[in-house]
Amino acid sequence: MTSMNRKPLLSLENLKVYYYTDEGVVKAVDSVSFNMDRGETVGLVGESGSGKSTLGLSILRLIPPPGKIVGGKVFFDGIDLTALSEDEMRKVRGKRIGMVFQDPMTSLNPLMKVGDHIVETIVSHEGVPREKAVERACSLLEDVGILPERFNDYPHQLSGGMRQRIMIALALCLKPDLVIADEPTSALDVIVQYQILELMRKLKQVYGMGLILITHDVSIVAEVADRIAIMYAGQLVEYSDVNSFFNSPLHPYSEALLESIPNIQLSDQKLKYIPGIPPSLINPPKGCRFHVRCPYAEHRCGEVEPQTVEFERGRFVKCFRYVE
Amino acid sequence: MIQVQVKDLKKYFPVQKGLLERILSRKVDYVKAVDGVSFEIRKREIFSLVGESGCGKTTTGRLILRLIDPTDGRLIFKGRDITFLKGEELRRLRKNMQIIFQDPYASLNPRMRIGDAVGHPLEIHGIAEGGEKKSMVFETLRKVGLEPPEKFYNAYPHELSGGQRQRAAIARAIIVNPEFIVADEPISMIDVSLRSKILELMKQLQSELDLTYLFITHDLAVSKYISDRIGIMYLGEMVELGLKKEIFSDPRHPYTIALLSAVPIPNPRVKRKHIELKGEVPSPINPPSGCRFHTRCPFKEETCETEKPRLIEVTENHYVACHKAQTLSIN
Repeated sequence: MTSMNRKPLLSLENLKVYYYTDEGVVKAVDSVSFNMDRGETVGLVGESGSGKSTLGLSILRLIPPPGKIVGGKVFFDGIDLTALSEDEMRKVRGKRIGMVFQDPMTSLNPLMKVGDHIVETIVSHEGVPREKAVERACSLLEDVGILPERFNDYPHQLSGGMRQRIMIALALCLKPDLVIADEPTSALDVIVQYQILELMRKLKQVYGMGLILITHDVSIVAEVADRIAIMYAGQLVEYSDVNSFFNSPLHPYSEALLESIPNIQLSDQKLKYIPGIPPSLINPPKGCRFHVRCPYAEHRCGEVEPQTVEFERGRFVKCFRYVE
Repeated sequence: MIQVQVKDLKKYFPVQKGLLERILSRKVDYVKAVDGVSFEIRKREIFSLVGESGCGKTTTGRLILRLIDPTDGRLIFKGRDITFLKGEELRRLRKNMQIIFQDPYASLNPRMRIGDAVGHPLEIHGIAEGGEKKSMVFETLRKVGLEPPEKFYNAYPHELSGGQRQRAAIARAIIVNPEFIVADEPISMIDVSLRSKILELMKQLQSELDLTYLFITHDLAVSKYISDRIGIMYLGEMVELGLKKEIFSDPRHPYTIALLSAVPIPNPRVKRKHIELKGEVPSPINPPSGCRFHTRCPFKEETCETEKPRLIEVTENHYVACHKAQTLSIN
């Protein structure tokens, strides 16, 4: 999945991340490849257990044990992150790649003023004097829509939406080239969710960073992303620009997913559903991992794993229906 | 026919204070979780209560089931006042009204086999035991799609997927043949690809068993799919109430309009006009005077700050609590 004419911001090549548990090896991410460009927003979609959060963490090499990157490469701005030493990697985290987690309450230190979270990050990475960092922190707070007088508040004094704004300020304070946001709005109500998504859209124009938005909700991806990546059972089954995807999804799983979600714009909608349940990642089905739930499955789908093919320029799919 | 009537229902929770504060001040603060809510649920309908966290929708559901006691107001179930029922009478009533909780991981006892959990209500209500109970459990497991029932009867909750657990929870609710079920966010913890199946099952059971549902959800798209009528709540009050069609095609309350415009749509080509609300929901301990929504309302006028709007009928069976309901419309 490479375009030769320009260097992508991020390029995953056959990335494999396994968890070595007592029950067996969980192949959470199993040979995932894709490219994203500078300033792009990629929506990474999957159900719980599809490997999407593991994928996000593995880019930053933050996989908790017993998880391990067991194969493949992560090129960020041309550098292979999997080959860096831990010290070198620490300089990439926060500074060049920022992260926003789902639950801002557990990601912020409850004993630390919200402003100091930002100040400390700036000081420790850039070594600037504290006054300078405070100044920058205040202007960042303003950027994310929080009054600077909130600087001295503790996390518990803020609402969930405001805490997530702090997390976003924190992810942006070192002006990274890429931000990975893992379900940043799933703990929020719909109006606050809208505010946060709008904020991220606005900040992208100001800061120009790339964004990987990890979510279970394809509707959010339709609202904010340029590209969509669909994960199923540890694998990337479709990668496409959002317009083509929502117009005509290619992979049978994508198709079924879109037909199973209620759309507020439709009346008397008939919802379809996907039979069966998501497979175990310890013993995933042979061949195509979706074949047991797929309405189009043929004999070979249960035998051989389909290769990913470029169906149209920039549209990738892992399914035999698109193989000549 | 009316199944449930809720009249001016209130629930105030006292705020816990520290010891020193309690000694120094006699004043007790209350969280006004539900503050004067009235509506009816008709027999065989799916009535949705929709709103953001803290709006009082879950508390309302629990009050109706008498799981908690109201501070004020009346609850009428099938024409009978159940507000003050106690003991044996309340227990008998519960056979007729059941609940499905949000989290099927927490609502099933991890040490109890599915068959025992589903059959438990039969024992409590003295309906059946032994072989009779077992055959009723089998039949109910089949009804909710847990087939073959022998396989699920002896399984423990951890052996089931989230969707299967929620089916078991539904089986436990319907086994005593209730008329009324409160479903509190029944699909929000379920895998996306399995949600539509649970919704479908609930619809199917409703027509097979003549059920009436109070469906509590924060998700407007889900409420649009499943409901007949919808009530929108904000800060403990009902702000708009009507047929699904009315709520979605002609919403009148500014909060409803804002809520609808914030729902993400799975189609990148659709560009909508957004009504952006400032700030977040105020505290239910000291709710704003007049209309509770006035602090965030883009259409606020002076009267909104002082006068509480009543829920009035703007078009047939469509009620709105807003001073400007007659003039405001997205169309």
